[in-house]
Amino acid sequence: MSLVFAGVCSHAPGITGREERAPRELRDPFYAAYDRMRRALEDSRPDAVIVIAAEHFANFFMNNMPAFAMGMAESYTGPIEAVDWLKVPKREIRGDPALSQRLITTILDTVDVAYAEEWRFDHGIMVPLHFLDPQNRMTVIPANINCQGPPLTPLHRAWAFGEAIRRAADAAPERIAVIGTGGISHWPATPDSGRINEPWDREFLGRWARNDRTAMLSYTDAETYAEAGQGGFEIRTFIAAAAAAGGPGQVLHYAPIPIYAVGCTVATMEIA
Amino acid sequence: MSLYQLSKLMFDLNRDGDLSDRFKQDPESVVCAYALTEEERGALLGPDIGLLYVLGVNGQLLMHYAALCGIEWSDYLQRMRDGVLVHGPVRAGIYALTTSPHTKVAG
Ligand SMILES: [Fe+2]
Repeated sequence: MSLVFAGVCSHAPGITGREERAPRELRDPFYAAYDRMRRALEDSRPDAVIVIAAEHFANFFMNNMPAFAMGMAESYTGPIEAVDWLKVPKREIRGDPALSQRLITTILDTVDVAYAEEWRFDHGIMVPLHFLDPQNRMTVIPANINCQGPPLTPLHRAWAFGEAIRRAADAAPERIAVIGTGGISHWPATPDSGRINEPWDREFLGRWARNDRTAMLSYTDAETYAEAGQGGFEIRTFIAAAAAAGGPGQVLHYAPIPIYAVGCTVATMEIA
Repeated sequence: MSLYQLSKLMFDLNRDGDLSDRFKQDPESVVCAYALTEEERGALLGPDIGLLYVLGVNGQLLMHYAALCGIEWSDYLQRMRDGVLVHGPVRAGIYALTTSPHTKVAG
């Protein structure tokens, strides 16, 4: 039918793995925001959810790194991380290879996306699904943008990927949801883990919520690395989600939680 | 310098349960299949998390390797800071320290 839902959220592994180490007054409103997003997602009655993630070498490595990839499997598994480390139970996630194939075929008109019939989800997808689909009921199609192994996918191509996903979703009879996941500023897995540039995050979220394409695409990677860390490269997933949605965004939650290593973000965006 | 091989080994360990089981039993038998320098080999087998960090291993790989070695989160962060104090600044990659090795940011 069309795109029926768009949103973005954080995916840092500390959100579940170090859950109990955050003060409750910071953690609980964040979890409550995920729950609001879950209800909005459910209310949109999606037949499939495309999760645009920035994965961290669970599947794609520097031996053969795609700028973009989408899953085309019957089912997926995750998390790849140890259960006692991520504190998210292992599960099998239902896919839809025929729908994937139709979407990918349309996307290939404008974006050279790799397809993958095997995909093991890491925290980039599993942490959001843990909150947004706790019953494991949804059909999921994973998508990835290389935010991790330079040379990275350019921001304007991330935008083009989002536009292509929108065109493909609108051409499909199914109801499609899109969720971008990633950090804004953060320095994950370094001794700086917990450093968060809140003014930079709020500026980015402002550009994102206005769906200001020019402003979102104006960051250089050098600036992002200096001010928002290597974790900031994941703004690509937010940018792709904005391109797919087209409307203004509503930030349901933003607050730094240092032990989770990220400014914890939950937001939805109007389809326009 | 074979940072790629070092990183590839961690990528493989993270994906392959049989390989990581074998690595726990007999690490040398796994490591010999990768073209590592003596420094990299020593850092890996130590494990010297601080030196691996300084060599430029991507944090997304190193954090899972540390977990595989049974190193708790706060200890992992401290070992990286100690590595910079002992071995100097991070030599490659995009996971360089941006604060001071004496600064504990969180955890
Ligand atoms: Fe990430």
